[in-house]
Amino acid sequence: MTNVIKNVRHEDEALVLELAGEIDMQCSIELRDKFRELFRYKPQVLVVNMTEVKFMDSSGLATLVVALKWCRRNGSQLKLVGLVQRVRNVFEISRLDSVFQIYDSEAEALS
Amino acid sequence: MESIRTTNTQIRLHICARPEYLCVARMAVRQVIQVVGLEEDKDESVVLAVEEALTNVIRHSYGGPCDKPIIMKLSKIYRCDNNKPALEIVIRDFGKQVSLEDLKKGEPGKIKPGGLGVHIIQSVMDEIEFSPADDCGMQLRMVKYIS
Repeated sequence: MTNVIKNVRHEDEALVLELAGEIDMQCSIELRDKFRELFRYKPQVLVVNMTEVKFMDSSGLATLVVALKWCRRNGSQLKLVGLVQRVRNVFEISRLDSVFQIYDSEAEALS
Repeated sequence: MESIRTTNTQIRLHICARPEYLCVARMAVRQVIQVVGLEEDKDESVVLAVEEALTNVIRHSYGGPCDKPIIMKLSKIYRCDNNKPALEIVIRDFGKQVSLEDLKKGEPGKIKPGGLGVHIIQSVMDEIEFSPADDCGMQLRMVKYIS
């Protein structure tokens, strides 16, 4: 068990998943399971707050891609919040920064 | 390929091919990066490249987590062409011999999970050489220049 999943809360019709620490191959499985659990609630908007994520590799990115595909299939929106530059770099190198909805703040993502 | 001469700065790390040890490798690389004086804006990119290489070994060379070894060697080197320093990282495994093409399943910009590791390594590092080791397994040599 890793400490990557910090908190889950409801904000009106959105679900907010707060992540922290370093997302690698080890905790990607745990994260995928958490997404699967959250999808059961069929959220209209799923906000993933990554403000406290300090590192993420392509395993983490792949997990977010799986979540994005689920959201698209089910008419939900996946919004990512608070990417620090080193995490944003992973999206940019993979040219997936334009595929995701990325916001600076949670308030902006929820508005 | 650049011709190089190696200094005495060399660190070897042996880890088990298990995801729970990836954080140990990241920590070691971060420390070595500080010692060799790699610029701050390049440091986490190199950590990411190493992470992708190790993940590929676990996933593809060994076919999943196991207790088999991965050897990582980090050296400060000086390039013969201009005598500028660089960080050299060599990752050796003892698993299946795979080609770089086998590992390139993902395409940048396409929303397909997995397979982006090689693309990330190629984007981040200044030199990479991926070759079968003499007896078994693969060896990946990556170099990042220090300005």
